[in-house]
Amino acid sequence: MTKLDHLRNRDAVLRMSETEAEERASVVDPDDERMIINMGPQHPSTHGVLRVTMELQGETVLRSKPVIGYLHTGMEKTAEDLTYLQGPTNVTRMDYASPLFTELTFSLAVESLLEVEIPDRATWIRMLMCELNRMSSHLLFLATNGMDLGAVGMMIYGWREREEVLRFFEKVTGLRMNHNYIRPGGVAADLPDGWREDIRSILDVLPERLEQFDVLMTGQPIWRERTQGIGVITTEEALALGATGPILRSTGYAWDLRRSMPYLAYDQVEFDIVVGTYGDTFDRYAIRLNEIRESMRIVEQCIELMPDGPYRTEDRKVTPPPRARIDESMEALIHHFKIFTEGFKVPPGETYTAVESPRGELGCYLVSDGGPKPQRMHIRAPSFVNLQTLPHMMHGGLLADAIAVISSIDPIMGEVDR
Amino acid sequence: MREPTDDEQDEAEEIEATQDDQKNLHGCPVTESSGQTVLHPQEDDYQALIETLREEGYEVCVDLCGADYLGNDSRVLPPSISPERFELVVNLLDLGAARRVRIRVQISETSPRIASISDIHPGAEAMEREATDMFGLQFEGHPDPTPILLPDGWEGHPLRKDFSMGRIPVQFKAVDGR
Repeated sequence: MTKLDHLRNRDAVLRMSETEAEERASVVDPDDERMIINMGPQHPSTHGVLRVTMELQGETVLRSKPVIGYLHTGMEKTAEDLTYLQGPTNVTRMDYASPLFTELTFSLAVESLLEVEIPDRATWIRMLMCELNRMSSHLLFLATNGMDLGAVGMMIYGWREREEVLRFFEKVTGLRMNHNYIRPGGVAADLPDGWREDIRSILDVLPERLEQFDVLMTGQPIWRERTQGIGVITTEEALALGATGPILRSTGYAWDLRRSMPYLAYDQVEFDIVVGTYGDTFDRYAIRLNEIRESMRIVEQCIELMPDGPYRTEDRKVTPPPRARIDESMEALIHHFKIFTEGFKVPPGETYTAVESPRGELGCYLVSDGGPKPQRMHIRAPSFVNLQTLPHMMHGGLLADAIAVISSIDPIMGEVDR
Repeated sequence: MREPTDDEQDEAEEIEATQDDQKNLHGCPVTESSGQTVLHPQEDDYQALIETLREEGYEVCVDLCGADYLGNDSRVLPPSISPERFELVVNLLDLGAARRVRIRVQISETSPRIASISDIHPGAEAMEREATDMFGLQFEGHPDPTPILLPDGWEGHPLRKDFSMGRIPVQFKAVDGR
């Protein structure tokens, strides 16, 4: 139990109710010069509406507590009122920077209860889209991380590159974000004509741009000064706190669900898992930057290996009949109508599926009572769990570094609060 | 008394076989659900089971959430477990062996209390606070049982089945002097 004792003795977590924190806010204790301050929820570097209550001594952060819930809209409750076909429209709004992953984990959960087979092409389209989404999500991270640390130019570059990917998403799914593209049974539509060329044009420009980022940030002394050795976390701490994704990998532990517990067709493509050494802010930045390169490798292979065939299952229980059939068959019309009004029924049972989202393990716990709507739908949000590492990373550091640490966790508040 | 038909006899044998096959792990009945291993401990054995599993290699508490089975009669539990309204569902992950296990504990409606596992898995702290908010489950020994997603002083537990959507207008806190 030594590692846990270490976590406890550090006393990094501020255990104080909101009311008490408000009463003591900004009052300096005359004995030890400690004071409680409140950062957020509208601070520009808190990535949405994260509020952190911190105990400071001078400029040093002692204890802190992330206060969340400002974006809570009860999406798990909403899910109980939507059919399985409507479900993805809801979950896609949780992690708005990587919406396809939440759709994927939800669809995988429904399919595991339905026991339907997904055609190869649907699997590969899902993988292709998810890797593109990982790239766009990490580009967004580079933009905001740069902005938080004063590299304002990086913000523009990151958004610019991300927009290229989002433009492709718009072409495929009709929307830049909140796609509702991956659905139980397959995907909503086949890839449009010329998709290979569109992706190639992204893959052609991106390596050069990533090298520019290396010049702008990775090798730059000011950037290193601000990130190296800041917000250090060890493997034991990360595991005890349930942290996954780049935070766990930054400590040198090569855990990636795509490799360790493969889903989709990740066992058929080649890619490397990027790990760090020191578990600091710089490692977390470098991992995400290099994961873009690995995702590009996977996308490259998806272009080459993309199989032909249907893009959604032929199982008529989940997939509506083809448009042409509806014109000539009354039964097909009724069938179509039934699927979209009443929804399809899912056999009773419960399941947990997990995928590797850009932020860590994204899971879906689904309970069905045999009806067309879930009895319980719970999303295991990586940002929500990862945020618990924040007090431990900030403990003993400077207030100015707190910004760097929050940014390096890359929390998406929509997913934290759900 | 008539002799049981062949079909009935087969059925009886099948049920007996499944009861004999009933696997046990650390004294808990084990079931399979969608190819995943599920353990069903008694409320009192729950904390000890988590501790044993952690020593066995399940060192990450990936997920912890509540579930409300009000009005759902479709769930299948091992015979030794009596169904209760609430369930606490914990997902553990063994990174070394790349395997998962799920633990489902029955929690009664009249006293929804259970031991906290935040001593064993500090990462469960936020998730237990969420389960308290959403289902009103009380975790004994939790270091910081304050609301996490709901505002301070919120009444009710939104994910309970008898908390209907749109029934209660949104509760806002008034700010003094404004």
